Amino acid sequence: MTTTTPVPAETTAEPVTAAQPPKRRLPARDRAVVITMILIPTLFVVVLVWVPAILSVVLSFGAWNGIGDVDQIQWVGTKNYADIVDIYPPFWPAIQHNLIWLVFLFLGPTLLGMFLAVVLDRNMRGSRFYQTAFYMPVVLSLALVGFIWQLFYSRDQGLINQVFGSEVDWYGDSSVNLWAVLVATAWRHTGYIMLIYLAGLKGVDASLREAAAVDGASERQTFFRIVFPVMRPINMIVLVIVVIESLRAFDLVWVVNRGTNGLELIGALVAQNVVGEAARYGFGSALAVIMMLISTVFIAIYLRIVFREERR
Amino acid sequence: MNRPNVGAQPIPASVLGMAASRRNILRGGLVGGALLGSSSLLAACGGDDGGGGGDASGAVKFGMNEASGAGPAHERLVQVAEAYAKKAGVTVDRNEVDHNTFQENINTYLQGNPDDVFTWFAGFRMNQFAEQGLITDISDVWPIDGLDDSFKQASTASDGKQYFVPVGYYPWAVFYRKSVFEKRGYAPPTDLDELTTLMTKMQSDDITPFAFADKDGWPAMGTFDILNMRINGFDYHMSLMAGDEEWDSAEVKQVFDTWRGLLPYHQADPLGRTWQEAATSMGNEECGMYLLGTFVVDGIPDLEDDLDFFTFPELDSSIGATALDAPIDGFCLAASGSNQAGGKEMLKYLGTAEAADAANKGTTPLIAANSGADTSVYSDLQKKSAEVVQAAENIAQFLDRDTRSDFASTVIIPELQRFLEDPDDIDGVTQSIQQQKESIFI
Repeated sequence: MTTTTPVPAETTAEPVTAAQPPKRRLPARDRAVVITMILIPTLFVVVLVWVPAILSVVLSFGAWNGIGDVDQIQWVGTKNYADIVDIYPPFWPAIQHNLIWLVFLFLGPTLLGMFLAVVLDRNMRGSRFYQTAFYMPVVLSLALVGFIWQLFYSRDQGLINQVFGSEVDWYGDSSVNLWAVLVATAWRHTGYIMLIYLAGLKGVDASLREAAAVDGASERQTFFRIVFPVMRPINMIVLVIVVIESLRAFDLVWVVNRGTNGLELIGALVAQNVVGEAARYGFGSALAVIMMLISTVFIAIYLRIVFREERR
Repeated sequence: MNRPNVGAQPIPASVLGMAASRRNILRGGLVGGALLGSSSLLAACGGDDGGGGGDASGAVKFGMNEASGAGPAHERLVQVAEAYAKKAGVTVDRNEVDHNTFQENINTYLQGNPDDVFTWFAGFRMNQFAEQGLITDISDVWPIDGLDDSFKQASTASDGKQYFVPVGYYPWAVFYRKSVFEKRGYAPPTDLDELTTLMTKMQSDDITPFAFADKDGWPAMGTFDILNMRINGFDYHMSLMAGDEEWDSAEVKQVFDTWRGLLPYHQADPLGRTWQEAATSMGNEECGMYLLGTFVVDGIPDLEDDLDFFTFPELDSSIGATALDAPIDGFCLAASGSNQAGGKEMLKYLGTAEAADAANKGTTPLIAANSGADTSVYSDLQKKSAEVVQAAENIAQFLDRDTRSDFASTVIIPELQRFLEDPDDIDGVTQSIQQQKESIFI
């Protein structure tokens, strides 16, 4: 708290705000500091987030191959969006795959990771070892994960088909490759969630559990009735991570086949259209804008929950 | 092209193939993230002063689309750069970039602060840069001794001027193992009947006739190219590539229909397989033949001496089998390069037989463009490649070099994969390609 005292004249001038703490005026220097501290981050946000985002939206109404100045852009109205929806076959599968990705990440590895965290939290023998083992894949980049799983999935030379004598085209058959990739993602995602959740569990006050035990609650009851509600902030973080991870999913499918043939994801489609000579900046931007809109829905939901909580 | 040494390592070829392209992910992420205006910004920073300046005796910057570790392809470029530096007494600053990274950044690179001379491809891809003013007219370097009219043609853009110096090329053909053909009594076919007989015979011997892979998306373009050229002829193929024909025409459907008929003789499930893996399966006799570029040797280097090839047989006797894909590699002069005069001098040298000889010391399937080049050091495969290409009446570059690259990569790759997944939906595939083509070719 600062040492500034309320100016009486102001309080009387605004009787409506009497219930709130009286307004204070900061000295000029403090004010300058506050303004600078707000201005610099705002500037960064505007330049690095808002300007590119708005330019993306603008660009999505044009056709441009990135060569020459901006006056080379042909403005085509909403044609890019119409084309994406009507005649761009990878688009709808991509939306579907992103949603599958989200649901799967949540139901599979996220719940499994939480379960592993709860089990490992019980200080069983060798829990350090298991923690390390499960966490290991998180250290690897997704690109490397794709690379490692290729050793298992290769149709002709891969481990799975060699061991089971099967002939499944894990990465090539569009009806299975999404699931094959999801398993590879899960392998990494499980450890990630486990670690976050484990950290949260360690932070739960032991006396709560003791109290529950004294009251005769079973292990299961203790977790669901006591520990889980107490962990609410961690649960929110986990939820947000899952949503973010599934919206930005890109690297793994890009390594496997650049996001074609059953592995279409919005992120990969954006990259396909703007990387390299094949520069369709307008079309790619339109895809990026659609991705942004989808993210906005989730961001809005998240912010609503957070604000509601704060109000409470 | 990735060039792993498969035979020597226990790791599947597919994995090695991926290693080289791993850096793309980073690139992809970066470009995807900063897709806005980056190129125009860089263009603004780039030296506009590059116009006519530069002193022929100053250092020349040489942009290479191969980095060390890429094997023979990289060695060739280094050797030729060093040979020029020694001969002309100038410094050649090599800028070695991984192949895929180079490809993906080419637009930004050329508009930013590019090297003077850089590696590039003939055909549509050269032409598009010429039209956009990104590369310099080098018609004063032409004619070059030993490079005939067809090469001059391939180096000429739509304005009738030359923008390119070819250095080498390689044909796409049907490869096979001599020892296997000998042992089983097979003979290279020359028409559809002979081909069908051969394929049936192979199947009865429990060999899959054609190795096939399309995980990366581009290898199947080679099959489309050759079928289209055999069925509809070279001229139709080129005007289809240029966007002047309809993709849902009866002609194109005929190509897909023929392809569908041939698919049972191809390795199943191509979409999960890399060309390196397919090459390996020809190497271990699971498959009898493989339609690919001569770089197939890089997939099975131990078997180089056992490899031979024939051009894809004729399917229609009125069309014949006189056309093939033989992509030409070479060099261009970047318009924003700072040493234009020095760059031209270097290009003049790069086209000569002397430069071809300097490059051709490593083992590599590429053949020199210059007819004066010393062919005595050629391997049998190189010699035969040269003969086959010289005998061809028409040479196409390859689908992704003959048409708009945005169309090739964002439309053709996914649609061909869709066709391979469900070969019966020819109408759906051709119609979808046509719709997207109309949207892209404005």
